[in-house]
Amino acid sequence: MFKVIERKSIVPNLHLLVVHAPDVVETIQPGQFVIIHAGEGSERIPLTAADWDREEGTLSIVFMEVGTSTGKLAMLQPGDEIQTVVGPLGVPIEIEKFGVVVCIGGCFGMGSIYPVVRALKEKGNEVITMLEGRSKNLLYWEEKLSKYSDKVIMLTRDGSYGYKGHVKKGVEILREQGIKPDRVIANGCTTLSYLATRDYAHYDIPVIVTLNTIMIDGTGMCGVCRCTVDGKMKFACVDGPSFDGRLVDWDELAARRKQYISEEAFLVHHSGCGGF
Amino acid sequence: MATKKKLNLNRVDMPKQADFIRKRNFKEVALGYSVEDAVEEASRCLDCKKPICVDGCPVEIDIPGFIRAIANRDFSLAIKTLKERNCLPAVCGRVCPQEEQCEIKCILQKKGAPVAIGRLERFAAEWETKQDNVELPGIMKKTGKRVAVIGSGPAGITVAGDLILLGHDVTMYEALHEPGGVLTYGIPEFRLPSKVVTREIEYLQKLGVRLICNFVVGKTRSLQKILDEYDVVFVGTGAGLPWFMNIPGENLNGVYSANEYLTRVNLMRGFEYPKTYTPVVRHKKVAVVGGGNVAMDCARTALRLGAEESVVVYRRSEAELPAREEEYENAVEESVEFNFLTLPEKLIGDENGWLKEIECSRMELGEPDASGRRRPVRIDGSEFRMKMDACIIAIGNSPNPIIPQTTPDLDVSKWGTIEVDEDSLKTSIDRVWAGGDIVSGAATVILAMGAGRKAARSMHKYLSDTSL
Repeated sequence: MFKVIERKSIVPNLHLLVVHAPDVVETIQPGQFVIIHAGEGSERIPLTAADWDREEGTLSIVFMEVGTSTGKLAMLQPGDEIQTVVGPLGVPIEIEKFGVVVCIGGCFGMGSIYPVVRALKEKGNEVITMLEGRSKNLLYWEEKLSKYSDKVIMLTRDGSYGYKGHVKKGVEILREQGIKPDRVIANGCTTLSYLATRDYAHYDIPVIVTLNTIMIDGTGMCGVCRCTVDGKMKFACVDGPSFDGRLVDWDELAARRKQYISEEAFLVHHSGCGGF
Repeated sequence: MATKKKLNLNRVDMPKQADFIRKRNFKEVALGYSVEDAVEEASRCLDCKKPICVDGCPVEIDIPGFIRAIANRDFSLAIKTLKERNCLPAVCGRVCPQEEQCEIKCILQKKGAPVAIGRLERFAAEWETKQDNVELPGIMKKTGKRVAVIGSGPAGITVAGDLILLGHDVTMYEALHEPGGVLTYGIPEFRLPSKVVTREIEYLQKLGVRLICNFVVGKTRSLQKILDEYDVVFVGTGAGLPWFMNIPGENLNGVYSANEYLTRVNLMRGFEYPKTYTPVVRHKKVAVVGGGNVAMDCARTALRLGAEESVVVYRRSEAELPAREEEYENAVEESVEFNFLTLPEKLIGDENGWLKEIECSRMELGEPDASGRRRPVRIDGSEFRMKMDACIIAIGNSPNPIIPQTTPDLDVSKWGTIEVDEDSLKTSIDRVWAGGDIVSGAATVILAMGAGRKAARSMHKYLSDTSL
């Protein structure tokens, strides 16, 4: 059992979960994920690490409340126990001295990009962090990220904070400021990852995206996380979850994300009252 | 002993749920022998002086011994005899292919009616669970030696069961949230109820085996580090990456690996959805590609989830079908259809990325291939399409890659299986043994158990020879 240290809503629909998982954080690296299983009946959900403290043995995760199982996680209180926090899984993201690295975070990705930003800065890169949200009230961790970023650029689609615009606006800002990136790393939903790949394509540099596919075991056994990268079948759990977005078959990925949409919606609306 | 015993060729049938009922529920198909059934069947055993049935058993159970005990109504002795050699009688009595192991060797097999060894094994195990006090076997004096078993499937369970009885301290690691490996995530409830597996694992725990779930050796901690904490390690990490056919359309929605389909339904208990939250799409027309037991399990699971049509697509003919005869018969009775000599060529989707049709070719059998079976050859111009909304690919899997990938000095074959010494099952790393599917590639529960037994013997010898 894994003890919950903290669980709070950080912005609407997104929660920070801090859990005691000393074995997991002993070896965890940026870009790796864990699978959380809240207990009997729940789904196994892959979630990328947002931070950790090896001394305390704690792992932090930012997750979005989207369905029944994440809804259960969103109810956790300090002192509660989670049946399964297993990992670290997946291949760590490549951290080298690349030069200028643009790190883009959206949604839960503003959390999961943090260990990447920190590691890149510690390797001596010039790190430009961009956080993207629909509106000001959906942005978080600006201060935390600024500690390891040479520059933090905030983007909102409604212009309520920072610059008005989406991923593409970030590209314009870089151009205006005369910054030429050597690598882009994007963490967030499939749309954000896709847009980063598309909008930075003209630089002809790697755009590393972290895919959030459906998974069950997370150890290469079930194959539900399969995707096509560079024309080959890859398993996001053991070959990824980070890939060069330029090589990803995005149409297929988007379709596969929707495999269980109708079942999930049914669950949310199914109260279990037995009524009709 | 009765040398002049009259041959009785009336093998006692085991009652089953009626096909039209069972194909819509997940309860166990076979219902097991009653006491009278078991005694009657056991009495057919000739109690041969040289029991060759035992040669057919990978774990060398004293088969005439336990059957004699049943015939004499000493059921407690029967289960004790079984457990001397087999820590999983309730599992093996259900899923072992007895017809090609022990029963095929039975003298009565020549007359067409071998003693139903598997059913009797299952009976003895079931009898025990109905008793108030399960007798624990004696455990040898504690040696203080520490054993780590990686993976809690059939191979790992056998190693753990054997070594705990010999007095060693055993810790078993499991990556998933529930132990049992393929017994838990793979074999369906209607063939092997999860409570049977739970019971067998609890028995090991009662004997003193420590179980750690949610721990992926190779990821959470390296094998090398585990080795620092233990005297010896057994790697029984089993199956991994599912194979696909490498044809267009395999990533369409509605296309599953058998592992995914069965794991959703079994481990995650998707058949109880929406009471449980892991969704399983209830497809109406399901094709299953492959011809083994796993393919039968998938096709029969699909029916139970409400499919109107469940079709097995196999590229060879009925004669080559690798599934157990019993499972094939069960599938046919439950109205699973079989498309033999058929090869899927292309999976075709709709505009939203969901499977809608499968294009197949007809095959004919040519010359025997490396496996000794006649090679299926495509008949040109025989293409046809089947309208399907799901396709489950059950053509096997490669070994689990995590330990080979994360353990630098471990010798691995080009197929990803761990290389071991044939007799001892020792790997290229000192103090590390391996067995089961991770060594052999996909095989059966009992073969994995046989490997576990072999490794345990060698590990025990090593532990006894070395004073650490």
